[in-house]
Amino acid sequence: MNMPRLYCRYVGISLRGQMQYRLSFVMHATGHFLITALEFLAFAAVFQRFGHINGWTLPQMALFYGIISVAFAATEAVARGFDVFNRLIKAGDFDRVLVRPRPAAFQVLSQEFQLMRIGRFAQGVIVLAWASSRLNIDWSVSSVLLLLAAIAGGICLFAGLFVVQAALCFWTTESIEILNCTTYGGVETAQFPLSIYRPWFRMFFTFVIPLATINYLPIHALLNIDDVLGSTRLIQWLSPLAGVVFLWVCLRFWSFGIRHYTSTGS
Amino acid sequence: MKPYLAIFSSHFRALLQYRAAALAGVGTQLFFGIVRLMIFDAFYRSSTIVQPMTLDEVTTYIWLSQAFLLLTMLNPDAEVSAMIRTGNVAYEMTRPLDLYTLWFTRGFSGRAGPILLRSIPIFVIAGLFLGLRMPASVSAMLIFIVSLCGAFLVASSIVALLTISMLWTISGEGIARMAPAAIFFFSGMVIPLPLFPDWMQGLLALLPMRALIDTPLRIYLGHLTGADAFAAIAHQYFWVVAFITAGRAVLAVGVRKLVVQGG
Repeated sequence: MNMPRLYCRYVGISLRGQMQYRLSFVMHATGHFLITALEFLAFAAVFQRFGHINGWTLPQMALFYGIISVAFAATEAVARGFDVFNRLIKAGDFDRVLVRPRPAAFQVLSQEFQLMRIGRFAQGVIVLAWASSRLNIDWSVSSVLLLLAAIAGGICLFAGLFVVQAALCFWTTESIEILNCTTYGGVETAQFPLSIYRPWFRMFFTFVIPLATINYLPIHALLNIDDVLGSTRLIQWLSPLAGVVFLWVCLRFWSFGIRHYTSTGS
Repeated sequence: MKPYLAIFSSHFRALLQYRAAALAGVGTQLFFGIVRLMIFDAFYRSSTIVQPMTLDEVTTYIWLSQAFLLLTMLNPDAEVSAMIRTGNVAYEMTRPLDLYTLWFTRGFSGRAGPILLRSIPIFVIAGLFLGLRMPASVSAMLIFIVSLCGAFLVASSIVALLTISMLWTISGEGIARMAPAAIFFFSGMVIPLPLFPDWMQGLLALLPMRALIDTPLRIYLGHLTGADAFAAIAHQYFWVVAFITAGRAVLAVGVRKLVVQGG
């Protein structure tokens, strides 16, 4: 069976499994929706008091928030297998993955599709829709494509981070919690324009983990405004590609790590 | 009293063993605190309007809320939930102890150790390098400690109630899923409560969630003094009594309808 078909089969099984506990699924999804929706409302309240943050208004910030929320929720749904990879290693089940005639990364990826993340995803879409209704964006074909590319780039970037986090388990067995700073912390950071942060912090999330390329850069092109940090339109349009490159690098790291794998034997 | 103290100290000591997890937690919370700080710093630099809190106060508020984050992460006790699922809860009921006090103690001791482990390093690091201020005065410090105990009791009584609701597995899980969103938002974890719109303040003051974070923190800052501080602490203990009463009542109903399946 070819890989796309096999993937669909895997996802189908995972979804059917989750639908056995329909009520539990609904409650999880609603919980995710509520927690992120309230978080956004809290920020809206702060905007009401302060008016703007370095010249950025609430609808503009909503655009940042929406893109990162949608991208991260999608990644959590798709790449869940990497997120809980340490369980696979600890139980020794990764040995089974290795003897099957398909790439290990593919099998880990297709292990689970976590549908309940739809709660956060939906919240992100609603925030995006609200932002677009308040902002004067020219939704031409190219700008819609840029938005979708930005979200896709974001999914690649976060997936890359999950892959690195999983790959480190080849050495440590335990998952390294501090890396949550780059995933959950990255989401928290990118909900606001990167230009508001201190230079060292900005540099880290531009050149080490290219978070700026998911929303900060493309949004300048979407809103047709100039970047105070001096990026050009060309860079803004090409920036979502950085996520793809990042994922590729992370997958190289994964292949490197797999060679160091020794089973826990349990 | 003695068996409960024994449960407390064994839980407390067991959780003190998880130093690596606590260390990672401290790192993560420092990171989140720094991000929040930079966001509020930018907000305050963007506007000259006088706000209900100064940036210095917000800074201290953020660090204290990071230090006591676990007071707002309220989930049903994992061990008891597992017992309810497997039926081992029957053993729990045969113990010559009061079931409610037992579960309350579990919740309380499960929280005290990890919070202590995490808050002290955050206090030290944020106090030395990241702008966390000392309490407003000695009396503020003393009242802060009283209200922190109140916050612990509110947290434990909510945990006990959530744990008991697991006796109704399906709807219990629903409540346990929805509660964190409301607790986070209304406690002051997401943003300091004084920064919410003025029309919301009355509601925020009534709800029990502020007792977890906002009340002790504003006493620490010297925002609430004298009669206001007293009223805020009374509000905390009112909710402790309310949650304990509700918990006991719900537990009594739950035990009556409980059917433990053998096997």
